[in-house]
Amino acid sequence: MNEIAPTHVTETAMPVCARNADGAPVADPGPDPALCARAPIGMLCELTHRCPLQCPYCSNPVELERVNAELTTEEWQDVMRQAASLGVLQIHLSGGEPTARKDLEDIVKVAAEVGLYTNLITAGVTLTRDRLAKLAEVGLDHVQLSVQDVDPDNADRIAAYKGGMAKKIQVAGWVRELGLPLTINCPIHRQNIHNVPRMIDFAVEMGAGRVEIAHVQYYAWALVNRAALMPTREAFMTAARQVEEARAKYKGIIVIDAIVPDYYAKFPKPCMGGWARGIVNITPSGRVLPCHAAESIKGLEFDNIKTRPLADIWLNGEAFQKYRGTSWMKEPCRSCPRKEIDYGGCRCQAFALTGDAANTDPACSLSPLHAQWQAVAEVESHSPNAPEFIYRRVGGAAKKPETHNAS
Amino acid sequence: MSETSEPRSMPTRLIVAGDTKLVLPRHIKLRHDPGRGRWIILAPERVFNPDDTAVEVLKRLDGQRSVSEIAEALSQEYQAPLEVVTEDILAMLQDLTDKGVLAKA
Ligand code: SF4
Ligand code: SF4
Repeated sequence: MNEIAPTHVTETAMPVCARNADGAPVADPGPDPALCARAPIGMLCELTHRCPLQCPYCSNPVELERVNAELTTEEWQDVMRQAASLGVLQIHLSGGEPTARKDLEDIVKVAAEVGLYTNLITAGVTLTRDRLAKLAEVGLDHVQLSVQDVDPDNADRIAAYKGGMAKKIQVAGWVRELGLPLTINCPIHRQNIHNVPRMIDFAVEMGAGRVEIAHVQYYAWALVNRAALMPTREAFMTAARQVEEARAKYKGIIVIDAIVPDYYAKFPKPCMGGWARGIVNITPSGRVLPCHAAESIKGLEFDNIKTRPLADIWLNGEAFQKYRGTSWMKEPCRSCPRKEIDYGGCRCQAFALTGDAANTDPACSLSPLHAQWQAVAEVESHSPNAPEFIYRRVGGAAKKPETHNAS
Repeated sequence: MSETSEPRSMPTRLIVAGDTKLVLPRHIKLRHDPGRGRWIILAPERVFNPDDTAVEVLKRLDGQRSVSEIAEALSQEYQAPLEVVTEDILAMLQDLTDKGVLAKA
């Protein structure tokens, strides 16, 4: 385990497929099993599915939860207390847009009091300086701000929201003025991949300590929009090289985390660091999931935090037990030496593409469906005209965005 | 593009040397994790797992003592050669500084 022993400190990226408010997953899962053991280290809290943006790759479910189903302030505060006593270390306050909840401060306050490391994942467009100051005061630890593109017009088009960029620059400034650390999150796809170096420069300019070059992961809304979003392999390789160049150029100045699209990888990512190993996700209405996309797997039963304690759900909940560890695996995973490295990839993707979540993720080159699946990416990404976006909105897919303006 | 932000001077990489005085910035939290029986460093979307040596060093980073002073204290306490200790902790501190875990006092 201590292969990095010369420096005396090993590192665990949060095994969070956590996303920004509008959808991209975040860190690569960490390799340290000792940390995960009997409790999740990270908890992703989707406080609401409301969001002023309509990003076509949002990782919220296509069936969005309504506001009247959301947990109350007291219920979220109780979740924070339960999480801390279970052993959760970090919480990611996400959505939708978490600042759409007027009681965000009350939730952060309790989370900080019980010792949780609090991370706000926001699109920023509805934040005010006062609100941010109040959040910092009650103990917010970190802000992750999403940027749809560095080209303001393209960003507006992607999010179906006008004037977002100027507002984000302002929010980034406030975050730094208030002494909070900043991450800039850039969801990457066919329609902005040419700007990767500029996005990293932008993050440095904003004073961010971290930037995520987060290739869109293709489930939920992104799967609906895959043909409009999938970059070509060539574009992906160029972006990967640019990330390496930027890492050398900005060493010691900004940490660059890249999340690669598994369509162009040989082996899948260990999704969420392995099912039910390091992360737990709570939906706006209190459903407790091993992954934010887990509801896409038909036939799985999920418990609600209103009716069963978090610790019990984590340890014994049906959905958590179903694909935990490796004993549920089929071939080729079952006899594969990598099975405790990647845990057979993504269950949701396996389900979406093969109809059985226990199958090997087709992202794996050993899956019988891999070639066919990669061919789809090749064809779609090279189609001369990307289809129009289907925008994310409550009540189902929409070709025409609703018009929103920065207020 | 930056119409609303102040122009910022380009940040530079901090090179850790013997006379550098370091601190853990406010948003970096070194604490004991009772559930897992180990020390951890909480950072934005990261958890670091320091070993015993690292914890001893990190606890001494108070912004007052320099890296050399800390190395001397540790070399006496653990009766280890000063050059070895110095080289060892310089490498560790540079790595953590590059990852944004430590800052200049
Ligand atoms: S066969 Fe399964 S365990 Fe092996 S590399 Fe592929 S997904 Fe991972
Ligand atoms: S593997 Fe499936 S369950 Fe895990 S994050 Fe990906 S989509 Fe979700």
